[in-house]
Amino acid sequence: MAQQLETPSIPRNAHRGGMRGRLFTLALDYAALVIVLTLLIAIFSIRSPSFFSRAQFSAMVNPNLPTVLVAVGMTYVLIIGGIDLSVGSVMSLTGAVIGVLHESGNAPLPLAIAAGLATGAVCGLLNGFLIIRWNLPSFIVTLGMLLIARGMTHLITASQKPSLLFSGIHVLSEPMVFGLPPSLFFTIGIIVVGQLVLSWTVFGRYMIAVGTNEEAVRLSGVNVRPIKLAVFVISSLLATLAAILTLSRHRFADPNIGRDMELEVIAAVVVGGTSLMGGRGTVIGSCLGLLIIIVLGAGLAALGTRDEVKRLVTGCVIVAAVILDYYRRRLNASAATAA
Amino acid sequence: MSPLLQIKGLGKSYPGVRALDGVDLELRAGEVHALVGENGAGKSTLARLVCGIAQPDAGRMILRGRPYAPQSRTDASRQRVRMVMQELNLIGTLTVAENIFMGRMPRRLGFIDYRGMNARSRQILADLGLDDIQVDRPVAQLGVGQQQMVEIAAVLSQPCDVLILDEPTAALTAAETRVLFEQIRSLRAAGTSIVYISHRMEEIKRLADRITVLRDGRHIATRDAADVGIEQIIRLMVGRDLSQMMRREQSHAAGNTPALRAANLSRAPAVRDVSFELYPGEILGLAGLMGSGRTETVRLVFGADRADSGAIYLNGSPSPARIRSPRDAVRHGIALLTEDRKQQGLLLPRPLRENITITHMRDVSRLAGWVRGGRERSIANRFIDRLAVRCHSPEQPALSLSGGNQQKIVLAKWLFRDCPILIFDEPTPGIDVGAKFEIYQLLADMARAGKAILVVSSDLMELMAICDRIAVMSAGRLVQTFPRDQFSEDRIMAAALSGYLAHGATA
Repeated sequence: MAQQLETPSIPRNAHRGGMRGRLFTLALDYAALVIVLTLLIAIFSIRSPSFFSRAQFSAMVNPNLPTVLVAVGMTYVLIIGGIDLSVGSVMSLTGAVIGVLHESGNAPLPLAIAAGLATGAVCGLLNGFLIIRWNLPSFIVTLGMLLIARGMTHLITASQKPSLLFSGIHVLSEPMVFGLPPSLFFTIGIIVVGQLVLSWTVFGRYMIAVGTNEEAVRLSGVNVRPIKLAVFVISSLLATLAAILTLSRHRFADPNIGRDMELEVIAAVVVGGTSLMGGRGTVIGSCLGLLIIIVLGAGLAALGTRDEVKRLVTGCVIVAAVILDYYRRRLNASAATAA
Repeated sequence: MSPLLQIKGLGKSYPGVRALDGVDLELRAGEVHALVGENGAGKSTLARLVCGIAQPDAGRMILRGRPYAPQSRTDASRQRVRMVMQELNLIGTLTVAENIFMGRMPRRLGFIDYRGMNARSRQILADLGLDDIQVDRPVAQLGVGQQQMVEIAAVLSQPCDVLILDEPTAALTAAETRVLFEQIRSLRAAGTSIVYISHRMEEIKRLADRITVLRDGRHIATRDAADVGIEQIIRLMVGRDLSQMMRREQSHAAGNTPALRAANLSRAPAVRDVSFELYPGEILGLAGLMGSGRTETVRLVFGADRADSGAIYLNGSPSPARIRSPRDAVRHGIALLTEDRKQQGLLLPRPLRENITITHMRDVSRLAGWVRGGRERSIANRFIDRLAVRCHSPEQPALSLSGGNQQKIVLAKWLFRDCPILIFDEPTPGIDVGAKFEIYQLLADMARAGKAILVVSSDLMELMAICDRIAVMSAGRLVQTFPRDQFSEDRIMAAALSGYLAHGATA
């Protein structure tokens, strides 16, 4: 009988997906990224002695905190199998709304910020609604939003840079505890919550499931539309928070902020192991991916590399990382089948 | 007469299944050789090996006295071995002519010679009596039956010595089938050796010179068609008497209020005015040919598609249930186990645990939506044990399981949701016999526990073995319902064909 020809049933042992097994696979997932990051830091520190310093660390991390926030949202979007090209423009638009309301409208800062968040939410709702209502590709919908939001930014600012010099928003980026700014703690908080939501909530589970096989999820009796909508709203809201952190550093709203940001973020998220096809990814991986790209850029700058060469090298690293990830996944898959 | 193609000890394994196990077969020039067996008996696997789509891991083949080991489909057709696949192999956006000449389009000055290609395509189709197909139309605009004929035409338009036809008539009308049979007979007269794979016994009796029976990947018997009757073939296929396959005590469903009543469901063009009742504790079969609207009907009941008209009544309620999405259906206690478990049933790269709990996350989470990991793992383990799923860990990805065990995971996810009404669309495709019987047993157990079960299957044997009643669909209508004591293959088959006879060639 064919029954006996099947693989003999080996008693399932203690490895039933306990906590330890889970941590082990988690560590394995991040090991490659951490090794690359450590190597990069080591190489640059040897070649440029001033590289491994607190000043350098602050110079690398602080300006990029907004990018981290956007990367968290982008991770979600890619996991459900979508893409959000509008993040940079939404960031500039929401920043402009806050700036204009505060400077020209004399609105108090909290009110201006609330209006900014509302604007971000509307952008996300619009993205999500168009995508789920007519089942449009998110690529094209968010590309439209990219242009719309950028155009609106310039309209409402008249291409000026509204000032927030005396608003008090700068305290977010001023050193506070141990010489570290609140914006850093805030960003770390978002990373932690972002990862926890992804791994340990029903919403996170549904996101991964939708990215893996949306039709199977729908036929399991789950309404997938609110999930997709929520993800695009979260992405735009995180872009708004990124705008607020940027405002606190610059103390004015720049209508040109966030140009090409979507590409840098998508690259970082993919380097961090999130699949462009959906269904797979981690927030922490995205942050490590972003760190790799940042360290690479800063390190090459510290070595006095020309900007053109920096771009070239970064491009190569991104492609190499994706190829590496392909082999890592194949290894995992064959290990799973052999297990 | 020396055989044209000799197959010796051919074997092929897929993960978890020995699909073909030491099969011997001889094909003579100028014969129609029927290959029969249950689903998963190894017919399609054998065909795939002969025409180079897959390579055997044991045994050898000899074609015209020389070793034959095709590495690809192209390689096989170069040696004049061709196949018409069960699944359509056409490119919908290209025209009929482009599909017929795929890979060998005539060229002039480097450009495709459309005029010449269309003219030759018209000739090829005319030879098959298909004058009404326009060669410059995209294939996607044709009906399924016509597409099938185009595919057959494409294969027949090239010289071949060995021709394999895998369920070619599944989508054809009676008229198209007749044309195909004429063509097969004239090929046979020209010395071509034809392997004909089909479930349809009448066709085989009409057409075949010899019949080979496969079961569980093994060669069981080869007989001259003239010497065996249909019952004898079926006994060889099944390997046991049908009556012994499943013993189900009569259900006590009659007289109760129906768990589900479908009233005049329609969705053009596949489903026309379908009504039926499903009682708790019974297994109702839905039989019919491919394309008769069975899958479309259950998708309407489950809210996966919207009905044009009609209503669903649950548990004797006088007002219709509002089912506009699968989510509504599940909330009303209806589960659908889809036909295509890979595309529609499973999250293949995800762990078994997640596949099982997806139907009822609320049960494994706390208030704010936090997943209760421990509870989730113990539930996954419980269902894996209960259904005897062969796996090492609930953390294993679903794609690492064999077909039968994947199907058990699909079952597990709906058992976890515990719906009182379960609809199975093809519960056992591509599953080995052992796993099949385990699933039949589970179905019987669930019915005994009071669930209302609706089973769609193309395997009539299967339905006759497990169902209390069988409703037969034909051309979108539910034409007749048979109680268990009136089951007969002939009568059910006749009912399944009735809609097509009445309406002529409207596939």
